[in-house]
Amino acid sequence: MRLYAVVAAGGFRRYATYRTATAAGVFTNTVFGFIVAYTYTALWDARPRLGGYDASEALTYVWLGQALLMACAMMGGGFEDELVERIRTGDVAVDLYRPVDLQLWWLAGDLGRAAFHLLGRGVVPMVLGALAFDLALPGSPWTWAAFLGSVFLGVVVSFAVRYLVALSAFWLMDGVGAMRIVSLAGLFFSGMLLPLNLFPGLLGEVARALPWSSLLQVPADVFLGKHTGWGLVEAYAFQGGWAVVLLVAGRLVQTAATRRVVVQGG
Amino acid sequence: MVEDVARADGPGTGTAAVDGGGGRASGEAVVAAEVFPFPFPERRRLLEGVRAYGLIMAMWVRSTMAYRASFAMTVFGDFAVTAFDFVTILLMFSHVDALGGYSLPEIALLYGLSATAFGLCDLLLGSMDRVGRRVRDGTMDTLLVRPVPVLAQVAADRFALRRVGRITQGLLVLGYALVTLDIAWTPLKVLMLPTMVVSGAAIFGAVFVAGAAFQFVAQDASEVQNSFTYGGTTLLQYPPTIFAKDLVRGVTFVVPLAFVSWLPALYVLGREYPVGLPQWVAFLPPLVAAGCWGLAGLAWRTGLRSYRSTGS
Repeated sequence: MRLYAVVAAGGFRRYATYRTATAAGVFTNTVFGFIVAYTYTALWDARPRLGGYDASEALTYVWLGQALLMACAMMGGGFEDELVERIRTGDVAVDLYRPVDLQLWWLAGDLGRAAFHLLGRGVVPMVLGALAFDLALPGSPWTWAAFLGSVFLGVVVSFAVRYLVALSAFWLMDGVGAMRIVSLAGLFFSGMLLPLNLFPGLLGEVARALPWSSLLQVPADVFLGKHTGWGLVEAYAFQGGWAVVLLVAGRLVQTAATRRVVVQGG
Repeated sequence: MVEDVARADGPGTGTAAVDGGGGRASGEAVVAAEVFPFPFPERRRLLEGVRAYGLIMAMWVRSTMAYRASFAMTVFGDFAVTAFDFVTILLMFSHVDALGGYSLPEIALLYGLSATAFGLCDLLLGSMDRVGRRVRDGTMDTLLVRPVPVLAQVAADRFALRRVGRITQGLLVLGYALVTLDIAWTPLKVLMLPTMVVSGAAIFGAVFVAGAAFQFVAQDASEVQNSFTYGGTTLLQYPPTIFAKDLVRGVTFVVPLAFVSWLPALYVLGREYPVGLPQWVAFLPPLVAAGCWGLAGLAWRTGLRSYRSTGS
């Protein structure tokens, strides 16, 4: 357990090293935040209370999206490029005979990364957004705590999906295509482009039931106080359920893949 | 590494590359050539650059084709990632009839023009955000010793054919807009469409080159240029009426992205630009593009001159 804590701390420190890159990323998140905020303003001007949000809740949603984009790795990025590269070159063989669990090792590192991205890439755009626009920030500290819990579960779901995709490199050799498709799904079905509440009919039902809604839609709704009491428990159960299912699937694929690595021979 | 090669080249050429141009009093304009002395006249150099670009590009295309399944998925991915942007607009229009006073086909025209111009530029120059990485890990040196203009090598580096997916998507939306819109076409307006796409791509290209030059200074800051490239194309997909006036002024007068599509397209649509400007401004995109390239070229030379190898 201590080992994984060290790995997580390493993940945090690793991303914290690149300060210029972080500043550049914050700048970009903020620019996008402004652009999207204006489009949402136009939309909510025409249709107040669209999707159950008022204008300031919709703007809060925009800035939450920018704040969580990196932390929840909605468009991918993070460990999977590296893992795919290690699979392609055969270096993964070294990882497999280390006395640690492959999946937990990468999960720990990714949690460290997410913690840094939440602080380094999330806080500043959110503050700038709150200064420039009238945002609906929660008053109660419990809502903030509930939100952080939901973000944590979102990161785990995000990791579990990306881990599965990275393992596909055992069969495809080049994981770029698969990662790209999944990053697209993440972008669209997390609600990053438009809140999933606004998706019509069946598309909306499906989008809200897919694992990616754990990445932004659910944490944002917790933040906006849409899930309280039993509703919050249900939201956590939804996220936690997907996390468990996907992590177990990752384990099964990993078992199948490690048999293959012998065939590949590095 | 650069030092050795430059010195080996003979007297008078070596020091500029080593001291980064800081100590030189004259002859600054030919620094890019000094970094690696090129025996051809200027025009041949341009041709040579284009030819080299073609060769490197062909190599990367062949390399991509080694993994066909992955290639097919990435083409689809690039098509879909921009398609999602348009799907977002469609979803918005499932709730409203007009956004900022613009109908769906009108926004589709803005979207199609911006996405096609950006897609074209992204295909040709999209890998230029790797300059910073090359400076950091020292592989920039390799580019400097090859007898090919550095800009051509950097531009063709990791050429990604998959980006045709993005252009295709932009063209489809543009086609939809042109079919559904009721425009009083004049020969001038017809001529403006291809001009817009080409000069728009050139304006975005200048931003890419300037961004690459900036990476010589701040190697890790390559993401800043995403604000202007990806952010710019996102901004231009929506009508200018929905944005704050200062933001619109900024992309008109500071980073002239408004010339990619907003100004000329609003002329085609017969619409008012929210920041009062005379009508002839709509015909300026080719000039603006040329001006941007002049500035970007200067920035690139300055950046390349300030390059110092990591030495490892």
